[in-house]
Amino acid sequence: MPGKLKAKIVAGRHLPVMDRASDLTDAFVEVKFGNTTFKTDVCPKSLNPQWNSEWFKFEVDDEDLQDEPLQITVLDHDTYSANDAIGKVYIDIDPLLYSEAASVISGWFPIYDTIHGIRGEINVIVKVELFNDLNRFRQSSCGVKFFCTTCIPQCYRATLVHGFVEELVVNEDPEYQWIDRIRTPRASNEARQRLISLMSGELQRKIGLKVLEMGGNAVVGYLQCFDLEGESGLVVRAIGTACTLDKLSSGTPASNACNSPSKDGKEALPTSSSPPPFSPSKPCSRQSSSSDTDLSLTPKTGKNTWPRPSFPFSSLPSPTLHIGEFPFFTLTSFPPGFLLHVGGVVSARSVKLLDRIHNPDEPETRDAWWEEIRQEIKSHARALGCHAVVGYSESTSICEEVCILSASGTAAILNPRYMREGCLDIGCTDHRFEEPSPPNCGFCHIPYDELNMPFPAQLTYCYHCRRQKVPDVLFTTIDLPSEAAVAGKGCLIQARLCRLKKKAQGEANATAISNLLPFMEYELHTQLMNKLKLRSMNALFGLHIQISVGENMLLGLASATGVYLTALPAPGGIQIAGKTPGDLSSEHISSIQKRINDTIAVNKELYQINPPELAEEGVGSPIPEPRHRSRLFRSHSESSDELSELDLSHGKKDAFVLEIDDTDAVEDIHSLLIDAPPPTGFYSCNTENMPGISNWTSGVQMFTSVRVLRLSNANLTNQGLNKIFTDLCENLLKSFYFKLRSMIPCCLCHLNFTVAVPEEELIQVTVTAVAMTYDKEQTQEKTAEKPINKGSLEAEEQLQFPLELCADSSSSNIQTASKISEGRSRSLRSSRSFGGSSVTVVKMTPLSFLPGTRIIKYLGIINMFFIRETTSLREEGGVSGFLHSFIAEVFAMVRAHVAALGGNAVVSYSMKECVFMENPNKNQAQCLINVSGDAVICISETDQESSASTANTGQTGGSETDGAT
Amino acid sequence: MSVELDVFVGNTTIMDEEVYQLWLDGYTVNDAVKVRMEGGVMDECEASKDVLLSDTMDQYRTFQMCERLLHSPAKLANQLLFQIPPHRQIMLIERYYAFDDTFVREVLGKKLSKGTKKDLDDISAKTSVTLKSCRRQFDNFKRVFKVVEELKGPLVENIRQHFLLSDKLARDYAAIVFFANNRFETGKRKLQYLSFQDFAFCAGQLISNWTVGAVDNMVEDMDVDLDKEFLQELKELKILITDKDLLDQHKSLVCTALRGKTKVFIEMEGSFKNLSRGLINIAAKLTNTKDVRDFFIDLVEKFIEPCRSDRWSAADMKLYLTHYTNSAHILDTFK
Repeated sequence: MPGKLKAKIVAGRHLPVMDRASDLTDAFVEVKFGNTTFKTDVCPKSLNPQWNSEWFKFEVDDEDLQDEPLQITVLDHDTYSANDAIGKVYIDIDPLLYSEAASVISGWFPIYDTIHGIRGEINVIVKVELFNDLNRFRQSSCGVKFFCTTCIPQCYRATLVHGFVEELVVNEDPEYQWIDRIRTPRASNEARQRLISLMSGELQRKIGLKVLEMGGNAVVGYLQCFDLEGESGLVVRAIGTACTLDKLSSGTPASNACNSPSKDGKEALPTSSSPPPFSPSKPCSRQSSSSDTDLSLTPKTGKNTWPRPSFPFSSLPSPTLHIGEFPFFTLTSFPPGFLLHVGGVVSARSVKLLDRIHNPDEPETRDAWWEEIRQEIKSHARALGCHAVVGYSESTSICEEVCILSASGTAAILNPRYMREGCLDIGCTDHRFEEPSPPNCGFCHIPYDELNMPFPAQLTYCYHCRRQKVPDVLFTTIDLPSEAAVAGKGCLIQARLCRLKKKAQGEANATAISNLLPFMEYELHTQLMNKLKLRSMNALFGLHIQISVGENMLLGLASATGVYLTALPAPGGIQIAGKTPGDLSSEHISSIQKRINDTIAVNKELYQINPPELAEEGVGSPIPEPRHRSRLFRSHSESSDELSELDLSHGKKDAFVLEIDDTDAVEDIHSLLIDAPPPTGFYSCNTENMPGISNWTSGVQMFTSVRVLRLSNANLTNQGLNKIFTDLCENLLKSFYFKLRSMIPCCLCHLNFTVAVPEEELIQVTVTAVAMTYDKEQTQEKTAEKPINKGSLEAEEQLQFPLELCADSSSSNIQTASKISEGRSRSLRSSRSFGGSSVTVVKMTPLSFLPGTRIIKYLGIINMFFIRETTSLREEGGVSGFLHSFIAEVFAMVRAHVAALGGNAVVSYSMKECVFMENPNKNQAQCLINVSGDAVICISETDQESSASTANTGQTGGSETDGAT
Repeated sequence: MSVELDVFVGNTTIMDEEVYQLWLDGYTVNDAVKVRMEGGVMDECEASKDVLLSDTMDQYRTFQMCERLLHSPAKLANQLLFQIPPHRQIMLIERYYAFDDTFVREVLGKKLSKGTKKDLDDISAKTSVTLKSCRRQFDNFKRVFKVVEELKGPLVENIRQHFLLSDKLARDYAAIVFFANNRFETGKRKLQYLSFQDFAFCAGQLISNWTVGAVDNMVEDMDVDLDKEFLQELKELKILITDKDLLDQHKSLVCTALRGKTKVFIEMEGSFKNLSRGLINIAAKLTNTKDVRDFFIDLVEKFIEPCRSDRWSAADMKLYLTHYTNSAHILDTFK
């Protein structure tokens, strides 16, 4: 009995009228944990009941504490008939289970009903008393911290990075059980919500156990996903990076451990006492029945030594890396110096046919599928001469019984210096690494052997150090390293593609999809490459390729942030050519050529790309004649487990000569030029940091937008579909720019597009992003001095100088704002109160930081799953009205939970799932949303000195919110 | 190909003041888009009509969802659904409760009932305020009326606290409630020259001088109903016109005080008895509810119009009434 959970129900407010006769409600509350239920007294005839209950105490195992949510149900008492449920609140008590996070959950929670939405609020206090349990066979993993953030969290330092952790659990989907035919939609939805909450808890606990076995205390870059496989079941899976984190004392500003633009890690690096090394984590040997890749088919080498036979440094004793079977890292940004070389994007896809999961306790098939894909990724990375994969992520797309599994990451070589502390057995040092490559270009240097290249590529000497070879373009899934030298600003680059496919069933369908995949990848890749050239840039960061499957089409969307790396050669232009040299339409061709050249010139200006002059000197290689090669290494396997490799380079043909041989080609070029640049005052990117902008001011607006398009014309061509899809994405961006125009100058960061084909003729695009304001004048000044790429020192100055400014401006903003509101309320007489309102302002952002603030405490992860259903769609304002209020409700519930934990912000927020189904004929609709993020307390940068010494987080959190409200 | 669903939700609720005003004014989405296009907002961000339409629909939906909260503004501050900065909340409330003077002039003094609500389309046609906007304004009046009806304490203060309105707007609402409760007739042709603000001023004076609340500030309906005892006592003023001596005495006192201070002295002196009778008769009849309703029309007919035909200025009127009141105090009967 290692834990005691205590809950107290204080009061309710704004309850709905449940008794039409009296216009009032007789409310009481049921508090349930596990199988124990307590009830409060009935508070008769009130819409604002005061229960002030006793403390309800639950004595439970810590295993249950991790898995189960606290379930609070508000009901209306009815003497004669059954009590009516008003709604529920699920509280995840996980944040109370580790000492550094929240100590109490207390606040107003929206009462949520899956049919009616939010119906009033309830004030609850929850506490946990944990007893120490030293049982080594325990199944719980209390105390392991989870972070969604994909970098080392601010205010922590990584002393060890252990490596990849993964787990999946499966169950039957309650929606598809026989009982669903006889129960109400509400009961079915609640069963699903509860099950997913339980499964998430279990998953987190199991991952926690793995981390403990590895000797870690935290999971960073925790990514949890649901696969709603319909008939065949429900899969909840998660991946993450196990670490040992040390909390920095609150007085010292977070230094080496984090790469957020508000901190600069460089200065800390040389002096840093212990940079995060890798630990020699033993392969975890557990007797668990759940997914366990260690028990799977791969030949298990006791210690995973990485033979690199064909690479130059293999002649030297190679450093042994013990970073688990899969040297994968879900992190996307790293402490400076951590990343030595980046090879390029590695990805793998596989098409599978779903079958019923017969035994939920042994989800071996699903495990084997992922295992197979990870092996593939690993071999791709190896082919690129890399021993690790960073920025790793996994995803699925399901349509009926077909499922596409995808994984992608960036092959990389990590600094063995960081591993030495962990692996003292490395006898020898690699000279190659002894001599540190310049921090601002080193990661661009090729990790593979020049004479033995895995694919045709044109190499030149690094434009920075002139010592190592670099490729002409670089594609990665990670964030731009903070030390990288760039010219100008970055921008969002998207490749969009639709492919029609015949409707089919089973095996035939899977084969058809498998056959289409390589073509899609090829085309997406070509589009990306062309668009990159068109913007005069030479590298992509944060590349994310999503391929979504529908009954009669496949959608592909690749998003990335383009940037000009000064270490890489300048990109060449794009040449247009007719099919034969003396083509008749040469005039036409030259006009297109002119348009392209003009666009490139305009873009150079727009993104302020003025690469340093010395690049022109060209050592050894003159201006490289642009030739296409792929840094994208991919493959896919079909259900038959056939493995096919695809060379994405265009063979001998020069890819940047675009041949116009038919009307399709003309269309393609037109679509290239269609992408409108963002209006003046706006920039956009899909990464954590906007290349070229770092002087953020305090304006932050996170938003989610969903658009669904119905294709009415059944006889669409691929070309027509492409145009529709492209317009859909472009129009969404235009809408954002318009809506956020009051924030100019501003940048849309972390633009995350998700596409889906919910029904045969529907295309759904969901976008979550954050708009942040910045100081324009400061940027211009900066860009003027930018081309002097003197490396870290200067970058540091650039970072810190604007920082002070933005902190100042943010605080003064707050001050003036509060002055205004004070002034107003005073002029309206002091009596004009807002009912003693105490709604905490909770900021949300998909980034790992909030500009102008410093995170002083992580309170735990928020991982919430909601279902909303309606049978009165028209009355709720149609599909848009329904979804609009649901998304607003989800935001409200996230904010309420964060506020109850004592926090004032959510960072690394993401909406992982937004499944929308409608049946307008029946006036019905249903939507599932899954969101996650890290609840934090952050304080304004300027408050730092005063509050850091007191370290009274509760108080500072409070005062901050007071100031903001 | 059609957009089936299109939503945009911000963590901080995005609201455009211009669109809010269009919504309040009862424009349809399409009309609002037209107005915005003409306003030149498209040039600001290279927006197209589709973008504008999508934005307008989003905002309209947001406002509709907020409307429920605006009905009890105190809820807006502690609801959790929308994160709206406090100064925006004040703006939302203030604008929602703002009204058109032309519209309120039409319903001022009318019973805030379903019957009146049915006539709103006529009023809408007459004032060229959209029907939707008329309904909102009418419902606001009714809502405020219903809430303060049951409250003790000063009227203006109650309105301000319950609806979080500015002082000015709260006073205007107090006037509307006061007029609706006493059903003062304001629609007659002879009263048409008076604006809402004129009546609101009168309401303010009546509330602070003639209601129960003016005497005792902790009774129900204190500011809404005229003080019955006071009205009863007004009957005693009749002696000023029935007693011939007293009438003469009063006249001479007033005239002495006025002599040489006004250009219309001759006319004042000549019409004194008539005017005094007019005023006293109105005062003495106020115990009848019917006569309370006609209070303003009577005042205009019996007092203001005769004065106006004699070309009194506003200053003359003020001077006359001051001395009229002061002189009465000097009379032995009222000592």
